[in-house]
Amino acid sequence: MSSNQGKVLGVSGNMVTVAFDGNVKMNEVAFISLDSGDDQVQLKAEVIRIRGRECDMQVFEDTRGIHIGTEVHFTGELLAIELGPGLLSTTYDGLGNPLDELADNSGLFLKRGVYLPTLNRTKVWQWTPVARVGQRLRAGAALGTVPEALFEHRVMVPFGIVGAIEVLEMAVAGSYTVADTIAKVKLLQTGEVRELTMVMPWPVKRPIDAYEQRLLPERPLTTRIRIVDAFFPVAEGGTACVPGPFGSGKTVFQQGVSKYAEADVVIVAACGERAGEVVETLREFPELIDPRTGRSLIERTIIICNTSSMPVAAREASVYTAVTLAEYYRQMGLRALLLADSTSRWAQALREMSGRLEEIPGEEAFPAYLGSLIAAFYERAGLVRISDPNLGSTEGSVTTIGTVSPAGGNFEEPVTQSTLAVVGCFLGLTYARSYAKRFPAISPIDSWSNYIDRMSDSLEKQYFIGWVDTVKRLAAFYAAGQRIGDQMKVVGEEDLGLDDFVHFLGAEFLDAVFLQQNAFDPVDASPSAERTALSLQLTARLIEHEWNFSNKDQARETFTQLTSIFRDWNITAVQAPEYQQLLDRLEGSMKPVDSAA
Amino acid sequence: MRKVYTHIDQIVGPVVTLKANNIAYGELARIRLGDGNETYAQVIKLRGDEVTLQVFAGSKGISTGDEVEFLGRQVQLKFSADDLLGRTFNGVGEPVDGRPALQDCEDVDIGGPSFNPARRIIPSQMIQTGIPMIDMFNTLVKSQKLPIFSVAGEPYNELLARIALQAEADVIVLGGMGLKYDDYLFFQRQLVPSKDRTILFVHTAADPVVECMMVPDMALAAAEKYATDGKDVLVLLTDMTAYADAMKEVAVAMEQIPANRGYPGDLYSQLAARYEKAVDIQGSGSITLLAVTTMPGDDVTHPVPDNTGYITEGQFYLKGGVIDPFGSLSRLKQLVNKKTREDHAPLMNAMIRLYDASRKVRQQQSMGFSISSFDQAVLAYGADFEARMMDLKVNLLLDEQLDMGWKILAEHFTPAQTMLPGKLIESYWPKGD
Repeated sequence: MSSNQGKVLGVSGNMVTVAFDGNVKMNEVAFISLDSGDDQVQLKAEVIRIRGRECDMQVFEDTRGIHIGTEVHFTGELLAIELGPGLLSTTYDGLGNPLDELADNSGLFLKRGVYLPTLNRTKVWQWTPVARVGQRLRAGAALGTVPEALFEHRVMVPFGIVGAIEVLEMAVAGSYTVADTIAKVKLLQTGEVRELTMVMPWPVKRPIDAYEQRLLPERPLTTRIRIVDAFFPVAEGGTACVPGPFGSGKTVFQQGVSKYAEADVVIVAACGERAGEVVETLREFPELIDPRTGRSLIERTIIICNTSSMPVAAREASVYTAVTLAEYYRQMGLRALLLADSTSRWAQALREMSGRLEEIPGEEAFPAYLGSLIAAFYERAGLVRISDPNLGSTEGSVTTIGTVSPAGGNFEEPVTQSTLAVVGCFLGLTYARSYAKRFPAISPIDSWSNYIDRMSDSLEKQYFIGWVDTVKRLAAFYAAGQRIGDQMKVVGEEDLGLDDFVHFLGAEFLDAVFLQQNAFDPVDASPSAERTALSLQLTARLIEHEWNFSNKDQARETFTQLTSIFRDWNITAVQAPEYQQLLDRLEGSMKPVDSAA
Repeated sequence: MRKVYTHIDQIVGPVVTLKANNIAYGELARIRLGDGNETYAQVIKLRGDEVTLQVFAGSKGISTGDEVEFLGRQVQLKFSADDLLGRTFNGVGEPVDGRPALQDCEDVDIGGPSFNPARRIIPSQMIQTGIPMIDMFNTLVKSQKLPIFSVAGEPYNELLARIALQAEADVIVLGGMGLKYDDYLFFQRQLVPSKDRTILFVHTAADPVVECMMVPDMALAAAEKYATDGKDVLVLLTDMTAYADAMKEVAVAMEQIPANRGYPGDLYSQLAARYEKAVDIQGSGSITLLAVTTMPGDDVTHPVPDNTGYITEGQFYLKGGVIDPFGSLSRLKQLVNKKTREDHAPLMNAMIRLYDASRKVRQQQSMGFSISSFDQAVLAYGADFEARMMDLKVNLLLDEQLDMGWKILAEHFTPAQTMLPGKLIESYWPKGD
């Protein structure tokens, strides 16, 4: 551990230039000792450029009051977060400070220079040892477990340890805090003996890779949003990007996914967005019950909250903090879902720093390395196999869904384009659909998913045999229907043939009853996979039915009626008596008229 | 110990550079001009012994030999809960209403830290403004932040003045940026009746650009003091585009690399830091923020309105002298609309639907289509809706607005034509007369 000192040479916004003597690491953390009267604080900062005996640091706080010559103390450590039990149901800032405790500690406003341990030091956990004394283990192997929320939280050999370790001593089963020693191990490469606790610090900008191998994502991550699950499915361990102009329903979409997606752990990274949105999650989740587990939703959720008015450098760190937490839970064989909202604000934070470093700007003044940083971030997602000598082999995953806030709603801008190049699924929100109140406003034409073919086996197992074909048929049908709609705008309804008109109505019907979904309705907000399968089948049959309409009015009337019945069915719970009645009416509409009478 | 320097090395736009030692980032300095006048400046960059200052009054007339004194403190607002009310200040917090400076006041740092998100609560109370297009159709909610998107020539300042007079709030803080002097005088005259609860921070178009950048911080620092003291504060800012332009001007003078149309790369963060001051403090007061944002060329994708739209909780569009009911949106209105009156939400939707119909009929009529008798009714309704609901001069309480809504519907339609639920028709449809 080095204990280098330095002195401030320059300040510009949240960037500080520091002269130093010893050796300094890239991305090393340092504290700037600010002494302004009765206000003595240490401001956290990170080295982002080294030139000669000077380094530039981004400060995670307001820099007012820093002088030329202010002392800087280098820690020798990279920017890290504490991993261990107790992360779930907590809200942290971008650096891993628990926000509730910060408020208890320093009041309603975020006082600068106050840092608290990420993990609660007093909470007691029920420890069950897994590893045995004398056993040789590698990084990532479980030493023991403690129950956290719904699963056994694995306390693992620190990921940073190189080579094997030998377990010298193990704590017996019982109650411990995270700070208690739970094992004593010997690092075989160096001979060093180390006492381990449940706390493992990990540098956030370094991916956790203590798994056996990466696997090809071949299973869907069910979001319970119909248009996504059917037409543009996201793979477990895959990546998706959700760009959309303001007011296109990004927030509602993101909140829906965080509530209903079938993941074990959900990490919500509110990166540079409104604080008000986080508050809804914060206040609502403890009240909401996860229908699959019967437990409160907050128990599976971690919120990383670095909202727009919080320091911009900590915003840059927040997405890394969030993905590190996701990777940590993946190591336990769990399905982690990371929702990063919004990656544009992260990119803007990079742009601000790049500007202060006076780097040569790329497009729209974003740094030239924007694309590679975005790629590296999304590449931290993935499905992996973990094999533990004592617990056996499992799979774990990190699925990343990032929202993008394109300037002016224009998808040609650098952040959207760099993101599209690296993700497996694109869910484009459009003004046109949100103005028409067709929510979720995901464009059925422009969006795409690379996963649908790759996952066809598991999709057909989950829904029904022929699912992929049906989806593709309907997608083509919808696209053709849109073209007819455009044509109709030019030539008018009168000059359109009856068949084309019926096709158009069918496409609109598909949109109204399947692609659109009411996020605020308790039933329609989260249909089960069985129900979605039934919906899709029924929609397809109704559209492809030989209606033999005699004129356009009759066609229009029939589809209007079907739409209204189907939408009523969408919001009717399975247990309700009307559920079957509405289904029967939809089925009945396809029977010959004489038998229906 | 006062630090005084007498040589300025560089003067570019409102930014000056000199050599000085032991200066803090953000520190305030006083520049004594040759003619005896004084101006203030703030440290915006330090590099070795080179100190860069932004001069509040601009650099006009500053000599390389002028005396610069560093004051050892940050920019502060002089705050006194009682004495601030009814006063007018410039962007630096000096009184400009001809009355004496404040006595016995507290010095408050401006641009203070962010409110802890974990201590925020879900907004739940409406703020009545007396304006139907707000109260009834896009309800303003306590702690909400909303821009008024508009274009030059629209009566946005008239609208703000009206809100300042009518809105339910304990304290109104008005921040004017780049105001025409006439508008400044207009505000002063209009706000006389509410002067016991109103504070003005004003930067006029002819004032130095750096002062413009201070206005929102001054206004919000004052608001934050009142809010933590249990007061419900409404902050009205006009015009945020002038504020953004001032930032652009200083950034360019500092040779910063511009991001989009010349604006600095931190435009979003800077705007958000101000808008996020809006808050509802549990068990105490609140800050609600309405900010005029003029859209150059009526283009909502211009960087200022675009970034604003991502930050705020909806927007009002002021177009053709009225608040447009279609583009405008209060994202928080559903949090309060259920608590007002049972007919509020359905009546609002029915009226908007019919008004939308009237616009379509008007279009068809102008294209020479023949129109039915129902269409005639819709047309007449549309004109009536505009005159009695949309006109900015209408000033009614929410209950009166809703009653007026039923009255207008009854004058033009049968109950069935409105498609409102029977239960509501029974209770609210005007009877007999």
